[in-house]
Amino acid sequence: MQATIVQAVNDALHGEMERDDRVVVFGEDVAESGGVFRATDDLLEEFGSDRVVDTPLSEIAIVGGATGMAMYGYRPVAEIQFSGFLPPAFDQLVTNASRIRWRTRGELTAPMVVRTPYGAGVRALEHHSESLEGAYAHIPGLKVVVPSTPADTKGLLTASIRDPDPVLFMEPKRIYRSVREEIPEGDHEVPLGEAAVRREGADVTVVGWGAMMPPTLEAVDDSDVDAEVIDLRTISPMDTETVAESVKKTGRCVVVHEGPRTLGVGSELVARINDEALMYLEAPIERVAGFDTQVPLLSMEDFYLPHPPRIRDGIERALSD
Amino acid sequence: MSDRASDRRVPSAVGNGDGEVAVLSQADLAVPTHQIVEPDGSYDPEVVPDLSEEELCDLYRWMVTDRVFSRRMVNIQRRGELGTFGSTRGQEASIIGSAFTLEPQDWLYVGRAWTPMFMRGASMDDMIRFWRGIEEGQQAFAKQNSQIAISIGSHVPLVAGLAWGMQLDDADAVATAYIGDGATSTGAAHEGINLAGALSLPALFFCQNNQYAISMPVDEQTGAKTLAQKALAYGIDAIRVDGQDVLAVYDAVQTARERVKNGTPVFVESVTYRLDAHTTSDDPTRYREDEEVRAWEENDPIERYRSFLKSEGLWSQIDHDAIVEDIEAEFDAALAAANEMAERQVAEIFAHVYEELPPELSRQQEAFEALLEKRPEMYDHIEQRPKG
Ligand SMILES: Cc1ncc(C[n+]2csc(CCOP(=O)(O)OP(=O)(O)O)c2C)c(N)n1
Repeated sequence: MQATIVQAVNDALHGEMERDDRVVVFGEDVAESGGVFRATDDLLEEFGSDRVVDTPLSEIAIVGGATGMAMYGYRPVAEIQFSGFLPPAFDQLVTNASRIRWRTRGELTAPMVVRTPYGAGVRALEHHSESLEGAYAHIPGLKVVVPSTPADTKGLLTASIRDPDPVLFMEPKRIYRSVREEIPEGDHEVPLGEAAVRREGADVTVVGWGAMMPPTLEAVDDSDVDAEVIDLRTISPMDTETVAESVKKTGRCVVVHEGPRTLGVGSELVARINDEALMYLEAPIERVAGFDTQVPLLSMEDFYLPHPPRIRDGIERALSD
Repeated sequence: MSDRASDRRVPSAVGNGDGEVAVLSQADLAVPTHQIVEPDGSYDPEVVPDLSEEELCDLYRWMVTDRVFSRRMVNIQRRGELGTFGSTRGQEASIIGSAFTLEPQDWLYVGRAWTPMFMRGASMDDMIRFWRGIEEGQQAFAKQNSQIAISIGSHVPLVAGLAWGMQLDDADAVATAYIGDGATSTGAAHEGINLAGALSLPALFFCQNNQYAISMPVDEQTGAKTLAQKALAYGIDAIRVDGQDVLAVYDAVQTARERVKNGTPVFVESVTYRLDAHTTSDDPTRYREDEEVRAWEENDPIERYRSFLKSEGLWSQIDHDAIVEDIEAEFDAALAAANEMAERQVAEIFAHVYEELPPELSRQQEAFEALLEKRPEMYDHIEQRPKG
């Protein structure tokens, strides 16, 4: 079946709700209206109002409630309408969801998924454009997943719902509908914690994820550099091995991300490459990232977002030494 | 300032002694709804608030302003000249009646309500800029002690804090938060209203119950029968008012404002209806019946007020068409002014993050400016949209 990313989300939810009747979907506007991006369309009709539930406008209760429900044995898949509205619930992620297993020495766990669209580039208002995956990756006990293709979206969301730990599933809303590809019918799982090599190459390794993948691939395809492109797919836990192996081969690396540069996921990648592959490096690792500023409102958001020429510039810098 | 310690209000527990478990239920609570002009236009002249003829006519003009502004904004959004917009059609009496009580020194944080900001001096071109995602819009609002909160409920504790400052200063002012029915479910709203109740802060919470959050109807938003009664749990007073009756809303909020200034925060629930979609990206046919919308269209606040003005013999003083024409012209001029805005600069991304740009941010800014110069092809990937 040909599908976009948002349709792949819907397909994965259908599949998992059918497979496991403990899967319950809830959040603001997810039932009656099918979600503001239509990611949960038709679920109410198919699975009924006990399993597909519109909640009050309460991010804390949505995430904290998912945690309690998961502890009790259900498999909640909660939606936060835009990731910019997740911060009120940050406390529930830090204080409860991510610590239940640790706190109870494994007696209780919180296998739950919080889905949320993230990122800039859709001409929205304030708080609708953040990509704070770095902040969430900083929470021990929480997994952070960011797909970039429809097939991976289906596979990674399926794996997230089946995962025994809490997962924050960040959906790149800018490319929700702009990429379409064949996605596997029926059961399809992509394991968490494994990066994908999108292009093989010998000169430089370029690492990105989520909404940064299309501009990264465009930057690479439009240049004569033989670049290897890695899609991280899971931010936490991070697949260091695939990245380090690639850097050992190419000797050079560029990390591309949309979130703020300082203490971003790129910083951690640089540190890990230093740990694992320092002796193979032929040049400093370059970062192409968002600025350490608020994401500007929509009139200037395209200036903020890394675009192919900015990514190409990063690649050239990595190749220049 | 009051002496908080001497002002303890918690009664000690005294049982009723009959051994019965007494259950307190919301059904025990009568929550009246204040109304002056009934839907059929009838009213008791004795209870009409004491407003001059000019003020009564002004109420009408502002209500029409609100309606015309919403219509024009939806139109320009459809032409691709705005990112998104949330219309206020249907809520004019609620918005204008409440805002008419505000004094210039008051602070105002709104959710869905723009005209109150115009009433205190914000311009339509700044409002257009705001909806085009241009930060200067908000800078201009701040000059009138006004802001729009996009993260629902996030402003409620902030307003409590503003009120706290006013209290410490013995200021002759109140801090007002406009919120929606949806916002009353947020954690921030609970904490903010509770703080105001606990410290008796001069905060006024004006809740427009327009029946829906996005697709969520108010009776699913909460198990409470009214939103007004929630105030009691926070230890503050509540008023419930017919939000389609501009005079009742004015009267209710004016009363609330007096109490707030005397140190009793008040929560006002204004019962109204959002006739249009939640925003231009919403499709309300997915979650509500046309019939319901039609019924509320019949209950139009502007029509109801018009019949009042006629009964008072004031309608002859109002030239409705001229008012609309004036507002259309004001909107045209505002749009032209917004369109003429100079091209924005990269430096604006870095401005105002801190008072002083930290060295790493200066470095990021300089590197980016140099890169834009070196690679002009970047502009092919950058949609420049000072015009929204
Ligand atoms: C914290 C937060 N969560 C979700 C949203 C997305 N959202 C925008 S408006 C809205 C509904 C608001 O309803 P209500 O408070 O009743 O105000 P209304 O728009 O009806 O005036 C939602 C869910 C948001 N802006 N902020």
